[in-house]
Amino acid sequence: MSPERKTKKAPAKKPAAKKPAARSSPVRPSPRVVLDAKIPPGPIAEKWDNYKADMKLVNPNNKRGFKVIVVGSGLAGASAAATLAELGYDVHVFTFHDSPRRAHSIAAQGGINAAKNYRGDGDSVQRLFYDTIKGGDFRSREGNVYRLAQVSVNIIDQMVAQGVPFAREYGGLLDTRSCGGSQLQRTFYARGQTGQQLLLGAYQQLARQIGLGNVKLWNRSELVDVVTIDGRCAGIVTRDLVTGAVQSHAAHATVLATGGYGNVFFLSTNAMACNITAAWRAHRKGAYFANPCYTQIHPTCIPQADETQSKLTLMSESLRNDGRIWVPSREGDDRSPSQIPEAERDYYLERMYPSFGNLAPRDISSRAAKRAVDSGRGVGPLKNGVYLDFAAAIGRLGRDVITERYGNLFEMYERITGEVPYEVPMRVYPASHYTMGGLWVDYELTTTIPGLYAAGEVNFADQGANRLGASALMQGLADGYFVLPYTIGNYLAPMLNKPIPGVDHPEFQLAEQAASTRFGNYLDIRGSRSPDWFHRELGKIIWEHCGMDRTAAGLRQALSDLPALYEEFKTDLRVTGDGASVNQTLEKAGRVDDFFELGMLMCRDALERRESCGGHFRSEYQDSEGEAQRDDANFAHVAAWEFTGDPMKAVRHKEELKFETIHLAKRSYK
Amino acid sequence: MKNLENLVLRIWRQSGPDDPGRFQSYRIDSISDEASFLEMLDVLNEKLIGEGLEAIAFDHDCREGICGTCSLMIDGQPHGPQRGTATCQLHMRKFSSGETITVEPWRATAFPIIKDLIVDRAPFDRIVEAGGFITATTGGAPEANLTPVPKPVAEAAMDAAACIGCGACVAACPNGAASLFTAAKVSHLNLLPQGQAERWSRVEAMVETMEQYFGSCTNHGECEAACPKSISIDFIALMNKDYLSAKLKNRALISRT
Repeated sequence: MSPERKTKKAPAKKPAAKKPAARSSPVRPSPRVVLDAKIPPGPIAEKWDNYKADMKLVNPNNKRGFKVIVVGSGLAGASAAATLAELGYDVHVFTFHDSPRRAHSIAAQGGINAAKNYRGDGDSVQRLFYDTIKGGDFRSREGNVYRLAQVSVNIIDQMVAQGVPFAREYGGLLDTRSCGGSQLQRTFYARGQTGQQLLLGAYQQLARQIGLGNVKLWNRSELVDVVTIDGRCAGIVTRDLVTGAVQSHAAHATVLATGGYGNVFFLSTNAMACNITAAWRAHRKGAYFANPCYTQIHPTCIPQADETQSKLTLMSESLRNDGRIWVPSREGDDRSPSQIPEAERDYYLERMYPSFGNLAPRDISSRAAKRAVDSGRGVGPLKNGVYLDFAAAIGRLGRDVITERYGNLFEMYERITGEVPYEVPMRVYPASHYTMGGLWVDYELTTTIPGLYAAGEVNFADQGANRLGASALMQGLADGYFVLPYTIGNYLAPMLNKPIPGVDHPEFQLAEQAASTRFGNYLDIRGSRSPDWFHRELGKIIWEHCGMDRTAAGLRQALSDLPALYEEFKTDLRVTGDGASVNQTLEKAGRVDDFFELGMLMCRDALERRESCGGHFRSEYQDSEGEAQRDDANFAHVAAWEFTGDPMKAVRHKEELKFETIHLAKRSYK
Repeated sequence: MKNLENLVLRIWRQSGPDDPGRFQSYRIDSISDEASFLEMLDVLNEKLIGEGLEAIAFDHDCREGICGTCSLMIDGQPHGPQRGTATCQLHMRKFSSGETITVEPWRATAFPIIKDLIVDRAPFDRIVEAGGFITATTGGAPEANLTPVPKPVAEAAMDAAACIGCGACVAACPNGAASLFTAAKVSHLNLLPQGQAERWSRVEAMVETMEQYFGSCTNHGECEAACPKSISIDFIALMNKDYLSAKLKNRALISRT
């Protein structure tokens, strides 16, 4: 890394250097951070109860005096904000959308897991806990995951009370179905729109609090910086997306519930505006970033159709309950699917993983699809997909049952591809979908900056190296409804009657200036390429070298290509329009800027993790059957990265994972 | 896959709420019929940026037809010509070469234009804040299977709850009414056993908040035709029935005091 690049890296922070205030260096990694997960004592089943029994409380009358900022209004953000407001805190919610109801949790299709055992099929908290740890390839923290499994049952109760119209049996009781990585039927669902219905449930609860005046909503407002003063989070700086005004907000505690970074790949199932900015700005201010290389490539998305494509659309994992995955047995078989006889089809998941079959976990199914396509057996006009076939299920159950279960997904598929999946098999291919990595948090969901919390997909905590289907909704709501409202109180209680720094503090002023300068710079570069162009090129590099299949050589290549492209971004970016009205090109520039730095960290993390686990597959580390080869002796730890001014020079710290309840085993779905 | 050639787009440009605004024409020489309508706008925006011009501002996000962020009046139809489809799921195969396509923002008094094709739909949030919820604070919920919900009831509630809050119903309505949006939310909750405790106060509060912002419903039915989720206007009847009942109940209560 040349010193020249390093100085060039932070042009936006220049005003900070001009200020006489000596304490204000642009980057201040917190000194002496110890990665203590703060897991409570006692047997695993009692840890959360022990925590709640010991935590400090805030008197209801004192709660109004504490201001809590919640950034993001998805499942985690909306549920946390609504609950904190019900408890009595002074809550401010920020979303870049026009309404809190738009967050991308809304697009989740399949369902939400809970250890209710309504089917009597042998489910329990212990089993959900074990499935999640195993699904995550033994790279998540036991304490957190056990708590997640425990509160999963409360989530269903809460959402039913909220009016979520879950699918029902004829007797009126709740229906469930299966999802990948489990042999039980523990997934609750609302047609193929479970995420929508859960988000609307949480949104309604939040709307009630907004109407009551307990929550102040800041819509079309984007976080552009996190402010730390004396080692704790003092608040945030936002940019109004309508007026361009930059403004500070001070609070006692700040929650980031801003989702994942799947859009670093450019083409992903994430919504167009999903971004890493909030988490990245926190990272730059001292929050460690954990396991960025753990990204989930979802096996069943509609394949890319052409070069102008802006995003990929997921076809729910639930479809694999009734759909069978196959490719022609023979390379280059161009016949239409109906003309290929059974004997010449390869139902490869059923063949390779007989006990889980088509419901093998996502990482395994994705790699199998990639290998099928790479072997020349891909299907569709671009030979870039595999079949997901419902013919057998329609024959067995009838078209009506399939319509009832998946009707809206079939319609969605037809709109996008012009093909009718009742008549011809769907074509699917893996795409970036979810990110297990994220801000490092302890048991209380506190980042390495005291007072700054991360909830939902933005944290790294519960999903390990691979997330099971129907577990993201569960985690978002668990964090927001049943974890944060307790742990934040424990942090706030000792702060009673102690003043906090206001927005007139010089640190806020500096952060505001830095943000204004940064956005002004994007406009002033006047180069030749749009933010979207850079994003697409960035995505190609990441997908090529840090996607489903990673090698040391490829990652080194990415780590040499990315800084070069980033340099180009900083000198050849073109943003038209102005900074004082809606300017989506300018918004995009800020987001792509942060994706660049994150992309470098992802590749470094993938290079350093010399093993294969879950979604992180290093070709050098596989067994004779091509399955992921973990290295528990050297890598049974969380890699938490500290920002030092340049992502290429970030420092890697370790939190060793201790398995006291679960025996580390080879993850087999055969 | 084939390409469409020589499309002309007449797009509404308006720099801010106070600008009177105007149509501006743009030419698309060639675009794949596999592209979505919004991807076509992306291509146009890239071209505009290349020419040093400001990109067209339009609301969009999930591009899966579920978040309700996208809007657009396309040739006078909310979300364009395809029934039951949001703009983001509309694909260019529904158009043909040489066509002129007119693109406008939602037009309704309650939805002021912010810029170009972006409008402010905040009154929808105000309606939900007034009563579009079930009061059930976190932690106090009973066991989920304690109250069975008959399957047809759950299905009907789900039909209503499928609303994505995009505002097409308002844009389609000659009166600029929001009855379909409000009715969908009222019905979703009023149908369920969990929603009964607040049934009457909910419908009153939501209808009366709606009337502060939006025009009145005169049963044109345009909303149902425009709805990307094909939500039925039967729900408007259900809402009106509940509203009437709520008012009669109030009279009964008043006469008792």
